[in-house]
Amino acid sequence: MSQQNISADAQPNVKYNQVGKSLTRTDAPGKAAGRTPYAGDYVMPGMLHMRVVRADIASAKLTRLDVTKARALPGVVCILTADDVAGREAATDIPGQTGQKRMDTDQQILVHERVKYYGEPIALIAAESRDVANAALELVEFDLEPIPGVYDPEEAMKPGSPIVQGIDNIVAEHKIRKGDPEKALAEADLVIENTFHTPFQEHAFLEPEVGLAWTDENEVVNIRVSTQVIEHFRAIADAIGVPHNKVRIRGALVGGGFGGKEDVTVEIYLALMAKATGRPVRLEYTREDSFVGHGKRHPFKLTYKTGVTRDGRITGMDVYILADSGAYVFLSPYVLLYGAVAAPGPYKVENLNVYAQAVATNNMFTSAFRGFGGMQACAAYEQQMDEVAKALDMDPIEFRRRNYLKTGEAISTGFVPPSAIWTEECVDKAWAALGEPTVSSDHIKIGQGIAAYQQSYGRLTFLHDTSECWVGVEMDGTVIVRSGVTDIGAGQISALGQIAVEVLGVTLENVVIYNSDSAVTPLAGTTTATRALYMTGNAAKMAAEAVRERLSERAAREFDVQVDQIHMAFNVVSVIDNPDKSMAFVDLVKICASEGIHRSELSMFRAPFSDYLNPETGQGQAHPDYVYGAQAIEVAVDTDTGEVEVLKSIAAHDIGQCINKAAVEGQIEGGTQNGQGYALSEEMLYEEGKLVTPSFSEYLMPTSMDMPKVQTILLESRSGLGPFGSKGIGEPALTPVAPAIANAVANAIGVRIFELPITPERIIKALKEKQAAN
Amino acid sequence: MSSPKKITLRINGVNETLEAPAHRTLLEALRDLGHVEVKCGCEKGDCGACAVSIDGVAVDSCLTLAWMVEGREITTVSGLGDIENPHPLQKSFSDLGAIQCGYCTPGMIMASKSVIDRNPNPTDDDIRVGLSGNLCRCTGYTKIFEAVQDAASVMRGEGDKQ
Repeated sequence: MSQQNISADAQPNVKYNQVGKSLTRTDAPGKAAGRTPYAGDYVMPGMLHMRVVRADIASAKLTRLDVTKARALPGVVCILTADDVAGREAATDIPGQTGQKRMDTDQQILVHERVKYYGEPIALIAAESRDVANAALELVEFDLEPIPGVYDPEEAMKPGSPIVQGIDNIVAEHKIRKGDPEKALAEADLVIENTFHTPFQEHAFLEPEVGLAWTDENEVVNIRVSTQVIEHFRAIADAIGVPHNKVRIRGALVGGGFGGKEDVTVEIYLALMAKATGRPVRLEYTREDSFVGHGKRHPFKLTYKTGVTRDGRITGMDVYILADSGAYVFLSPYVLLYGAVAAPGPYKVENLNVYAQAVATNNMFTSAFRGFGGMQACAAYEQQMDEVAKALDMDPIEFRRRNYLKTGEAISTGFVPPSAIWTEECVDKAWAALGEPTVSSDHIKIGQGIAAYQQSYGRLTFLHDTSECWVGVEMDGTVIVRSGVTDIGAGQISALGQIAVEVLGVTLENVVIYNSDSAVTPLAGTTTATRALYMTGNAAKMAAEAVRERLSERAAREFDVQVDQIHMAFNVVSVIDNPDKSMAFVDLVKICASEGIHRSELSMFRAPFSDYLNPETGQGQAHPDYVYGAQAIEVAVDTDTGEVEVLKSIAAHDIGQCINKAAVEGQIEGGTQNGQGYALSEEMLYEEGKLVTPSFSEYLMPTSMDMPKVQTILLESRSGLGPFGSKGIGEPALTPVAPAIANAVANAIGVRIFELPITPERIIKALKEKQAAN
Repeated sequence: MSSPKKITLRINGVNETLEAPAHRTLLEALRDLGHVEVKCGCEKGDCGACAVSIDGVAVDSCLTLAWMVEGREITTVSGLGDIENPHPLQKSFSDLGAIQCGYCTPGMIMASKSVIDRNPNPTDDDIRVGLSGNLCRCTGYTKIFEAVQDAASVMRGEGDKQ
């Protein structure tokens, strides 16, 4: 199907038997019954319990560490400090299978001398019981001598500032240039400049980091852990000094990830302690450990200069992005790159200059979070679009309409996405569904807002991403799928089952999926970057198709017809032109088994591979493809209290093709919640690097009282690179939510708040300033 | 640290005994006894993942000391039904996509049951209030609201609306 022929009014797909339906996910009944074991639910005989001793100052020198009293406590078995891991560091660079990493990105495993962030681990305790481990935590004595720190990226770039990383704290820079932006801005009828601030955000998965490790009879360190990336086994092996085949990660179904379980969390601590004690060890973070123990979403400062003609065409754009990487590098360079590539949004900008920097501070380190830089950019560019429209006295949607990037046109890097770009269709449908605004009353002001976006799916193409999956048919006609993919709650493994049974013509209750074991399931890569369906889904489809081909050939001989006459659906094999000729799927399988026809296949899917972008111009390919869509929001703002209520939340996304419709809607509804929290209530308050909001009673994510029923509009261009033309929805679901809310609030109260979250305090302040100005 | 004493708990209709100090929470006690379907999310009563029913009312087991509920009827999500014979709430949550990562689900289902037990025909607002102590980070609650309404209608004998 050519891109240009795709109509947004295409009917829902009717040719599939399994794909596209809201089937009950394979993992759901076990979870509902409380039968699904999570990583924290495993125990072993003789198991020890761990705790982590953490620094309580963000920038300091460790001048004394005395574990004598803690070691003397009955029941304490082992305490590890930096002396026990001398010479060892942990990689923080991009996870996965590339086998390469950048220099200077390693992190000390335990504080040797210098503390760089609040909560940095100093010692590991293992004891016979939780109670003893908790008591020992209080007995570890240490002195921290404060060292001047830096907590603002702009300060951190100034000469003479305390150095946290490298020679100047700048840990990453990216440039994107096309056309002649200086000339375009100079000649524009109007140039609008604004600066937007986006905040830290906590993933707040309900299951804190947890794992259980033991050394087996082959001297392999086994780690049962809640993770998005089982392929960290290599980095863990490097960190503890054993060959890669001596660490095995056995995942479990994950109690939420959102990027927060993309980096290594508890694994290295567990592996070190299992090696040191020779006993099984369990480490479960408390909620406070979780708040201070894993990287956050990067705060961005984004300055946009947009040049336009009087009739509302963007002629040029200049964007400066400054990201706070916190105390260690982690994935900052990649998050920053996503932000830079996304900077102009889903709009055609021929003359573009983007300059982006990530800077180290003594704040909590920042790393992957659903949206990964692309959503921070969207938070700015979509507010800027409304501000430019306001300056032009033009309807915000009409202004966008004059500038949409269309199917077949190049994005910021000069790359032409291979799929459909349906921004306009999504915006129009979401806005139409929002309807006429509710009527404002005295102090309750109603506002409506829209935001469109562009978000990648699949990893950066210069990482040369691959994914494997095995599909086999048992002799009774049941199906087994094996893949290393981790399931972090989005239905990743159930989707593989749905794909396999669609291809093989059986039904979902006949499939069992084994996943997430780095030693025995084929490695599938990370569950990150909106890549699991695209990558592993394609691998599953390839494997299932290879099996189907062999089965079909045998069936064609049985029925004496051509192979393309064979139809397989709902556990029956039949001839298309002569449906009377049919047999049960299981009977065909039995014939194949007796004749030694291979009933399984291991397939590898490879994403498009590219070189790194041109370092001066940023031109080239960054991602395999992109997702487009929009969010429409209606809010009520109480001008007496500053409180915002989201009345309507409508999401329209071109997801290419649904695999499981309810699961797609679920991703969108949950992404909407995450974005609403980011826009309005989720606030991580740091005082000199110390987090002062480390609990769910202080860090406020939306509850059942705060969320409207989210309305989802699904468009299926069937133009994506995923199986059956699918794209991906994990990250895109979240991307446009916050700016749509910000635009709705600005529409309601007539003044924009340039810093998220838009708290009641900020609204009252803005209203007072507006009143004073009038 | 207090010395351990024997505590007998009635869990899903069966008496079980453990040795535990007075500060042992019901959450810890249940998990130590193998009832790992009860989830630990915050240990502060902020998230509701550990909710169980005590004499028919959903409470956070992390805020309840084990010895204080000796002799009371404690029900966990596994006490409502199993995979073969699910409770209407378990079936609705499963079939309507109200479960994603599933970590909040055991507590969410127990809180939902409390809502329906109080009012077999709850309004959407009843459900919102009844679930306000249970955090979910995956679903945005939209499908959870639908699942509770669906299960309530099944429990009222109105049949499956799906």
